Amino acid sequence: MNVIVCVKQVIDPEAPPASFKIDPTGNKMVTPPGVSPVVDPYAEYAVEAALRIKDVQGGKITAISLGANLVPEMVKKPLAMGADELILLADEAFAEGDSWSTAYALGMAIKKLGDYDLILCGREASDWDAGQVGSGIAEFLGLPSVSLARKIDITEGKARVERVTDDGYEVVEVSLPAVITVSNELGEPRYATIKGIMIARRKEPVVWKPADIGVESSQIGAAGRRSQLLKLFQPVREGKCEVAEGDSPEEAAVNLALKLREAKAL
Amino acid sequence: MAEYKGVLIYAEIGEGKLKAISTELLGCGRKLADDLGQELCAVLVGSGVSSLAREAIAFGADKVYVVDDPLLEDYQADSYVSVMAKVVKQVMPQILILGQTSIGRDLAPGLAFRLGTAAATDCIELAIDPDSKLMWQTKPVYGGNAQAIFTCQSYPQIATVRAKAMSPLERDDSKQGEVITIGADLDASAIRARVLEKVREEVEGIKLEEAEVIVSGGRGIGGADGFKQLEELAKILKGAVGASRPPCDNGWVADSLQVGLTGKIVAPNLYIAVGISGASQHISGCSGAKNIVAINKDPEANIFRQAHFGVVGDWKKVLPAFTSKVRELLAE
Ligand SMILES: Cc1cc2nc3c(=O)[nH]c(=O)nc-3n(C[C@H](O)[C@H](O)[C@H](O)COP(=O)(O)OP(=O)(O)OC[C@H]3O[C@@H](n4cnc5c(N)ncnc54)[C@H](O)[C@@H]3O)c2cc1C
Repeated sequence: MNVIVCVKQVIDPEAPPASFKIDPTGNKMVTPPGVSPVVDPYAEYAVEAALRIKDVQGGKITAISLGANLVPEMVKKPLAMGADELILLADEAFAEGDSWSTAYALGMAIKKLGDYDLILCGREASDWDAGQVGSGIAEFLGLPSVSLARKIDITEGKARVERVTDDGYEVVEVSLPAVITVSNELGEPRYATIKGIMIARRKEPVVWKPADIGVESSQIGAAGRRSQLLKLFQPVREGKCEVAEGDSPEEAAVNLALKLREAKAL
Repeated sequence: MAEYKGVLIYAEIGEGKLKAISTELLGCGRKLADDLGQELCAVLVGSGVSSLAREAIAFGADKVYVVDDPLLEDYQADSYVSVMAKVVKQVMPQILILGQTSIGRDLAPGLAFRLGTAAATDCIELAIDPDSKLMWQTKPVYGGNAQAIFTCQSYPQIATVRAKAMSPLERDDSKQGEVITIGADLDASAIRARVLEKVREEVEGIKLEEAEVIVSGGRGIGGADGFKQLEELAKILKGAVGASRPPCDNGWVADSLQVGLTGKIVAPNLYIAVGISGASQHISGCSGAKNIVAINKDPEANIFRQAHFGVVGDWKKVLPAFTSKVRELLAE
């Protein structure tokens, strides 16, 4: 099994909400000071899904990251977890893309790689929360896709996927190669081992520029967008919290109930 | 682009009825269509769904397209994207709106890529720009830490809309409308994925999305046992139990109880968050609640910036006293 996993670098989504600020000159989020970028959490679940498949089937896992300003120690995390190869689509021209231009570039890189059975993505990246790139890669490559996987089993050229639905899950069988996006119901990604970290440190990622994957700069990144970002803003939250006090937690609790009653919330 | 006209709603069906999200989409679509001075259409896709066309009209549609085929019994990207691409080519709407549900999340991007246009997912506001007549698509980004407004200059402009972000219209059974059937023309052999089984994991009692009161627990609850106490309070308040993501990930409660960006969107009258820090991704799911109450031992927790009422303290001490006082007040 050759599995390709698409892994995005993002601003740590669990950084304190108050640390998220918008660059006043551009429509961009500023990386909060002291907060280092991380591998998108859902992409980590996708790497974990790939590793579980490799644990059973053997094979090779190739991670691909796309962007500008990729931090080498960060994007190597999939290698440290157990992936075999890392490809970086690293160039200014790839930056500020939307789902369309990102999926296009990833699709072209995957086409160049050629030999694959399965492509995994996280269900959505935690910056734009769009959840579209998996479907896009599938369309560009003419492959079937299944989203929101919580379990993937491979048997005889097919994947059996448990897909999360609004009221439970469904079991979907899809022919391979296919694109599958992975959700957190899969279960915690494994930690990198010391050995893995050592291997990752020595491993040089392959770097591809737009020309290497046969794309024009007009088709990728900001230039290749099909949606325009008009404005980025942070709505001000007014209102304050009425904290119930008391000499003991129990007394505060009673006062809370009384306050709620008074406000007709009970 | 001139030949594209009208607003099309993808109406989802569940248990033989229009889902709540579908009536919300019709309400929102009606406003957009009126602002454009154009028609509001709905499309129903599935097996045995024709009878619901009247419903869509009663909730605001001028026209309803129906694609009814046994092969469309279950949602599956291959068949639904191809059917919807066909519908869009025939109807040529300027705007197509779907729900941000397990179907819409999958169908909208697939369709946008197939048609060469762009989709904005999880929108909470849609409006027509009076100058350009393009749709402004507002969606939370960075887990809810910011919002973005997108436009798309190719038709159809596609958006999915978050549950409970829009209000349905009053049902009007006297409203007239046209029903048009479109053939699915599916080739069964071209469907590369098949649904083998559907499993419902609904918990007993009041549905989370419909509950007027929700008692939600977070990582601070510490285990499945603690949730029994939340259940007791929920029962007294005739409400439902919810959770942040860690209790679901840890198996303390069912995954279906997760509230938030990637879980359920709820808007109860009362939302009691116990041992929940108030991460933006969680708040995304409950910010529509009329009253948010926080019980947390950390006075600096973000939840106190979101809540209307709160207590700083250990829930193990606060909750039993709160529960018995509530029981007493409700008995009066
Ligand atoms: C893309 C993405 C999507 C996500 N989607 C969701 C989602 O849909 N829903 C969701 O909930 N999360 C989601 N998350 C995760 C989210 O970022 C947070 O990690 C999560 O909400 C934290 O849950 P928590 O508040 O229960 O845990 P923590 O943040 O660990 O908070 C626990 C809280 O409990 C308090 N506490 C501990 N012990 C006690 C005690 N004895 N008494 C009182 N208080 C106590 C602590 O003070 C703390 O504030 C998502 C994350 C990402 C990146």
